[in-house]
Amino acid sequence: MSSFTERAVGRSVARKDGMGKATGKALYADDLTFPGMLYGRTVRSTIPRGRVRAIRRNFDADGFTVVDCRDIPGKNVIALIENDQPCLVEHEVRHVAEPILLLAHADRERLLAADVDIDYELGTPVLDSATSGVVFKHIRIQKGDVDARLAAAERVIEGTYRTGAQEHVYIEPNGVVAVPEDGGLAVYGSIQCPFYVHRALVTLLGDAVNHVRVVQTETGGGFGGKEEFPSVIAAHAALLALKSGRPVKIIYDRAEDMVATTKRHPSIVRHRTGVTRDGRLVAMDVDVLMDGGAYVTLSPVVLSRGAIHAAGPYRCDHIRIAGRAVMTNTSPNGAFRGFGAPQTQFAMEVHMDRIAEALGLDPVHLREINALRPGDTTATGQVLGSDCSALETLQRAVEVSGYAEKRAATDTGRRGVGISLFYHGSGFTGSGELRLASRAAIELTERGVQVLTSSTEIGQGTRTMHAQIVADALGVPYESVEVAQPDTSRVPDSGPTVASRTCMVVGGILQRAATEMRQRIGDSSPAEYFREHGSLRVEAEYEQPEWIQWDDETYRGDAYATYGWGCNVAEVELDPVTLEVRPGRLTAVVDVGKAIHPALAVGQIEGGSAQAIGYALLEHVVMRDGAMANGQLTNYVIPTTLDTPPIDVVLVENPYPGGPFGAKGLGELPMDGPAPAIVNAIRSLGIDVREIPALPEILLRASARAPGFAIAGQRKPTTAGR
Amino acid sequence: MQFTLNGREVDVAAHPMRRLLDVLREDCELTGTKEGCGEGECGACTVLIDGQAVVSCLVPFAQVDGRDVRTIEGADAQALQRAFMDHVGAQCGICTPGMIMAAMSLGPDPTRKQMQEALAGNLCRCTGYEAIYRAIGEAKRANRRTPLGVESIG
Ligand code: FES
Ligand code: FES
Repeated sequence: MSSFTERAVGRSVARKDGMGKATGKALYADDLTFPGMLYGRTVRSTIPRGRVRAIRRNFDADGFTVVDCRDIPGKNVIALIENDQPCLVEHEVRHVAEPILLLAHADRERLLAADVDIDYELGTPVLDSATSGVVFKHIRIQKGDVDARLAAAERVIEGTYRTGAQEHVYIEPNGVVAVPEDGGLAVYGSIQCPFYVHRALVTLLGDAVNHVRVVQTETGGGFGGKEEFPSVIAAHAALLALKSGRPVKIIYDRAEDMVATTKRHPSIVRHRTGVTRDGRLVAMDVDVLMDGGAYVTLSPVVLSRGAIHAAGPYRCDHIRIAGRAVMTNTSPNGAFRGFGAPQTQFAMEVHMDRIAEALGLDPVHLREINALRPGDTTATGQVLGSDCSALETLQRAVEVSGYAEKRAATDTGRRGVGISLFYHGSGFTGSGELRLASRAAIELTERGVQVLTSSTEIGQGTRTMHAQIVADALGVPYESVEVAQPDTSRVPDSGPTVASRTCMVVGGILQRAATEMRQRIGDSSPAEYFREHGSLRVEAEYEQPEWIQWDDETYRGDAYATYGWGCNVAEVELDPVTLEVRPGRLTAVVDVGKAIHPALAVGQIEGGSAQAIGYALLEHVVMRDGAMANGQLTNYVIPTTLDTPPIDVVLVENPYPGGPFGAKGLGELPMDGPAPAIVNAIRSLGIDVREIPALPEILLRASARAPGFAIAGQRKPTTAGR
Repeated sequence: MQFTLNGREVDVAAHPMRRLLDVLREDCELTGTKEGCGEGECGACTVLIDGQAVVSCLVPFAQVDGRDVRTIEGADAQALQRAFMDHVGAQCGICTPGMIMAAMSLGPDPTRKQMQEALAGNLCRCTGYEAIYRAIGEAKRANRRTPLGVESIG
């Protein structure tokens, strides 16, 4: 057994990719060139609904490769859940910016100048999710007898809450290069889930290639925006490469990326909640509507996570959650950090403040008496274990933020403070992890050990934390662990890099592989073993803990192996004249189980919180005739240094025994809480906001709705502090 | 066009109206300078011209005639680079070269406000900026000059 004892886990070791990134040497998709490479471009629809009647090419075809739907050798679909989204339009157009024709040329100027005219027969688009008749997915979660308990409740509080779309704005737009190789095709690109792309390409290309290989390049941010979408851009580049026989690079510019790619699902959530006069939740009736956009893509699973989290981290014996995701004629909405949970927890947390207001209770007290505790059951009937920390995060956040004093001071009318309590299930929902059956491997090399997974580094620190986990499980120095570039021809399928699963789930598989390798090599060090026996590869597969029970039909059971828990306290400053809200200090207390790398964990919380602050206050996707009308960074504003307040992070470590070293998922958790905390802070100033982004016009309407409230917010909170 | 690029005299033949960003990335093969928006909003393409931070996506190549251009590849910024590494100032890293170029103009011991102002034109979607301030604060405080790659960090 190796005698090395220094531990990497729990220390902020040098991140594997730190220097490459700081020196500009790291290679992203657009940094790659190949001999003979062409540039590719997508010609897109300009109408939200209709049929293509004719396509006219008004350019000299010399040197151009042109691809339409007839050039697809396999199936004309982007394979995902329902396979309803075509790669290229055949006749029917379902949204603006839908791909119709592909062009490639060696000269980018000529490519961009090529003019294509498309004649359409116009249809009537469905642009309002509330009136859409096409439902992609229904979900129903039922616990106890809601109707009877609502009818008997001392008070019933109702409300409707809305959230807007949100654009990911990874600073590197989508981009790939497709390269023909030995009768097959390699695609290099900015990709979160290489095996998703692999599957989509195999379906699309059929027998036309003898192999497909997908390689992740350094990726300049994903946030879910590079979960399913890269299959589309990769499919386009692949078709052009196949037809031209040359490498083809497609890099979106910012406007194309914003208008044509996925966004966070807009939502409308209605609550009807029965409570006792002293504030106990006795029955909850929740209705969730998500706007899926033109194709199914991931909407059923986004809805599923949203619905499961819709009752918030609260104990209540009678819960009904009805969810539906519907079609509208807009670009498909898709995965975005939090995956439905930020929307539904926004509604729940603002609703909690409205309940507190209605009962004259302090919002902290209301949450305290209802917060889930170990032994309680969730909406799906899951019994929580000792890894539940709702109450701890709440109490700690109140303490470190000085909430009570700040709340007592809100009657100056300008500075408000609000709170939110939230949780986030780690890993795929229900039996999802079992179905994925993810694998990960480690291999001895002459330099040390190499980690082989398809988990991608998209900024969150995958390489680093995986290397830390393997180093400690194997008992070798962190520096001796290398992490292979995800290339589908070399690494096992570890499932997608989504759902806060990379550390907890894939890291757990790696820990098992490393433990097995440690047993196999016995007393020798990895280097000694390699010298004597040559390489050794150990692969492990996900093993579901035996206690997990889940029923996909009834939505009953253990929805997630564990949850991360968090509490935000947000301060805001309101300009009483312009009704502009400036975010003030944000406190985030989060239970991550175990911080494998504290600096990375804190970075995830800070960055996710900043993204959520943008969601709450700034980021407004303006839709006009089914298309994003402000698809530029000049008019779609994300937080700059000047808009981002100080973010105080406190990490709580309440371990999940099934995670590597106790780790839970944490990447999405920080997206859930800041928006409701900020809106509740605005509410503390007497403005009845129930919607984000909380722009001045929304505040104006909210003030008009509640004429008793002075705009400058002279109303004192009913109970200041506790 | 003759100009100084990362301390060396160069002569690059490119159309004067091409974006400096493209000439650097394509003709000079210096891909450390990134494109995030192409409209002057994100700062990923920040380089120094005569010591001033500019967004190279808005600069026509003609403008660098006879001037001094510095990119991340030639930046004298080891302390900043190390501190970005130590404090996880880079997550996905796509904003990092631009951030470092923009941060070079800051004096010693900058306040949070000074850092916010110097970086107001540089967007980062990953970090919430806190780790970037920690990195810059550390680099500018310590004024360290340890060359790259000599010792392991951590
Ligand atoms: S690419 Fe130049 S500012 Fe964004
Ligand atoms: S580190 Fe990803 S944008 Fe800044």
